[in-house]
Amino acid sequence: MLNRKGRRWGADACVVGFSGGGVGAEFGDPLRERMVVPSLKLQDLIEEIRGAKTQAQEREVIQKECAHIRASFRDGDPVHRHRQLAKLLYVHMLGYPAHFGQMECLKLIASSRFTDKRVGYLGAMLLLDERHDAHLLITNSIKNDLSQGIQPVQGLALCTLSTMGSAEMCRDLAPEVEKLLLQPSPYVRKKAILTAVHMIRKVPELSSVFLPPCAQLLHERHHGILLGTITLITELCERSPAALRHFRKVVPQLVHILRTLVTMGYSTEHSISGVSDPFLQVQILRLLRILGRNHEESSETMNDLLAQVATNTDTSRNAGNAVLFETVLTIMDIRSAAGLRVLAVNILGRFLLNSDRNIRYVALTSLLRLVQSDHSAVQRHRPTVVECLRETDASLSRRALELSLALVNSSNVRAMMQELQAFLESCPPDLRADCASGILLAAERFAPTKRWHIDTILHVLTTAGTHVRDDAVANLTQLIGGAQELHAYSVRRLYNALAEDISQQPLVQVAAWCIGEYGDLLLAGNCEEIEPLQVDEEEVLALLEKVLQSHMSLPATRGYALTALMKLSTRLCGDNNRIRQVVSIYGSCLDVELQQRAVEYDTLFRKYDHMRAAILEKMPLVERDGPQADEEAKESKEAAQLSEAAPVPTEPQASQLLDLLDLLDGASGDVQHPPPLDPSPGGALIHLLDLPCVPPPPAPIPDLKVFEREGVQLNLSFIRPPENPALLLITVTATNFSEGDVTHFICQAAVPKSLQLQLQAPSGNTVPARGGLPITQLFRILNPNKAPLRLKLRLTYDHFHQSVQEIFEVNNLPVESWQ
Amino acid sequence: MIKFFLMVNKQGQTRLSKYYEHVDINKRTLLETEVIKSCLSRSNEQCSFIEYKDFKLIYRQYAALFIVVGVNDTENEMAIYEFIHNFVEVLDEYFSRVEPIDELPKICSALEPQQACFSPDSSSFKGAASTTPIY
Repeated sequence: MLNRKGRRWGADACVVGFSGGGVGAEFGDPLRERMVVPSLKLQDLIEEIRGAKTQAQEREVIQKECAHIRASFRDGDPVHRHRQLAKLLYVHMLGYPAHFGQMECLKLIASSRFTDKRVGYLGAMLLLDERHDAHLLITNSIKNDLSQGIQPVQGLALCTLSTMGSAEMCRDLAPEVEKLLLQPSPYVRKKAILTAVHMIRKVPELSSVFLPPCAQLLHERHHGILLGTITLITELCERSPAALRHFRKVVPQLVHILRTLVTMGYSTEHSISGVSDPFLQVQILRLLRILGRNHEESSETMNDLLAQVATNTDTSRNAGNAVLFETVLTIMDIRSAAGLRVLAVNILGRFLLNSDRNIRYVALTSLLRLVQSDHSAVQRHRPTVVECLRETDASLSRRALELSLALVNSSNVRAMMQELQAFLESCPPDLRADCASGILLAAERFAPTKRWHIDTILHVLTTAGTHVRDDAVANLTQLIGGAQELHAYSVRRLYNALAEDISQQPLVQVAAWCIGEYGDLLLAGNCEEIEPLQVDEEEVLALLEKVLQSHMSLPATRGYALTALMKLSTRLCGDNNRIRQVVSIYGSCLDVELQQRAVEYDTLFRKYDHMRAAILEKMPLVERDGPQADEEAKESKEAAQLSEAAPVPTEPQASQLLDLLDLLDGASGDVQHPPPLDPSPGGALIHLLDLPCVPPPPAPIPDLKVFEREGVQLNLSFIRPPENPALLLITVTATNFSEGDVTHFICQAAVPKSLQLQLQAPSGNTVPARGGLPITQLFRILNPNKAPLRLKLRLTYDHFHQSVQEIFEVNNLPVESWQ
Repeated sequence: MIKFFLMVNKQGQTRLSKYYEHVDINKRTLLETEVIKSCLSRSNEQCSFIEYKDFKLIYRQYAALFIVVGVNDTENEMAIYEFIHNFVEVLDEYFSRVEPIDELPKICSALEPQQACFSPDSSSFKGAASTTPIY
């Protein structure tokens, strides 16, 4: 297999060794070699290489041949040079080093025979590149060849220039290429145009040289030239907004070309499965998309045409579907009429029902892009999307998962969750983490009742416990703690789950905590919501001991179990001998943390028995910000330990994120550290006697004005709800004090990858003039790791009949917003 | 933009490779191995587009030969899919032999290896599809 070729070996040494030492004397003597052994033809070499049965054999063949080739190069044999180089290039393609052929390429290019030139240029493309200085030497040869006027040679030279031309070469040869743009022969012209594309990529200043001919080139009829020109214009427009404005003038002409293509009948030259030149159509559509983006006028010109293409294209074959797909992408990106957008979504819906998987894949990808802006339209296709979850294809099911998570809203949450949970059970392991975190997030946003929420989290923990994020445990314990009426229910369910399976660590931790806290409710046995179960004290203790002793339990889990046992000493009515025994055994455990706890608890039994009941009372609702009570201190230490010991944290759910902006790759390096453990002094019992105190209310964070332009202002106000310290709510308010209305206002945001951002729908997209009703939009940012907050905003709106686009990063974000 | 173009047989041996962006030679073999592994592991039932690192891979199988094209995000996958088929038709026309597709590269290399290397360039030039029909 190919991985064996990844190994390097001292090629030069071996080759020299071979030609010197002489495995066969005939390879050692160049004079004799020329007379006696004719060089192998490429075909024969290939057959020999393929005939080799093992890697070692193949290497041997190639080494011998390389020695041969090197000898031949040293002799300077002009007749067979091209053949030798061709063999060398083949060997290079297989992965062996071939740098000694670089100079030969130059010699071959300089020769006058076409065969030589062809191999020479090919060698130059494959072997030379910018990093070797030798490449500059071919500049002169290329210049000569370009001005010679022999078309195939010019074609070769242009091809090579566009593949490996460095910035200096491009600058030197730009005038030559420009001349060739206007030559009559289409063969050379189309290559020259695409070489110009490469030159612009390497040296952007050359755009000014290649911009003027474009308008004239668009009038050509030859499809090759048109295709090249469209690519050139696309590249120019992507690089500079000035070029973009300049080329908006040609939109009518592009529309005309495309219309001719679409309405043209069958033409043998250009038709591919019934569609005339789909590649050109796709390129034109892409260019129209770039030109029409955010520009009302151009978009209007294109509307009719897009509708025509969408309806007239034959979709029975792939070529037609490719064109249709590009049309849909264009409709989505420009300022199209509402009817057209509905048409686009319907086309995508039709694609989803197609049996061809490729088409379904592209449909799912595009729907994901659409879901932010046309949410209701996409909702109509929800059943089909959910169907796609059941696909066996990994790419398709991943897309379907992202789209399904984006489509969850408060009305369909129960049904969707059921589907997603079914999916979680059967999905491939790499999707599990995303699915689990997506389900948990959606449950948090849309949970209709607390009980449903708890059930959902429980289900996720049982099915995919090892893939959930670190804070799932903390979230669940807090949720249960807050739901007073559900204590009995939760503890009963958790006990059952634990009794079945003690391997899923997050589940075990939550269950242990719950049993410890609410053990009395468990034993009381009178919960209405599920069937009554008589649980014995001894069973509970046995279960917790099993967790303690199991080799599958992490140290953090053991900590939870030990604490739970301790708490049960006050909740249970029997005597505490068994508990005392366990606690004293762990007093000599090797794990320091566990040992310390055990020793403390033991002391609690012996010397401070009168305080035990008070200390081990039921916990109040955990405030994760404030100063800690003793149980809470241990809780946070356990959580910290868990995040160290837990498996790789999952990627934040990205489906809600508009990724039109580059995501900031903030200080993600240092974010991965778990919160530091504070070392508790050994044996000191002072912290056991700390009384819980009320945490001070968080100070309000000041508002921030982030943007101001011609009377349009953008303000951010921050709220951090005390019950969820990882959550930050930002309200963005856009006000307009100018004389003109602001319309089509869209605000998009991006945050570093370690945070999660959700944008809610804005209150509107128009701000009337002179202080009219502002637009507000809510951003929710989840920042469990307390990473520094960075925020990049992109605003687009129309003001005074001009479209404005601003992208900026928000500076001076108050520290309280993320600490 | 097309990043690379590979023709690989079922055993994983590269028959033709063309890179439109510079990639180190030892990274190339690594890349090819991984790409081929992901393509070979897919069944007929699955779709032809794979996400691999920051490329998208679009592959098409012809008997024992796989043609894989790596593109970046801006390309229309279905157009590339069509382009692969177009390329194979061009090769067929040019070398005027239609069957055993694995023999095709042998023929290419037998007759004019340079042609085979250049024909990706005539249809797709520096990462952009250039001419469509079979000129």
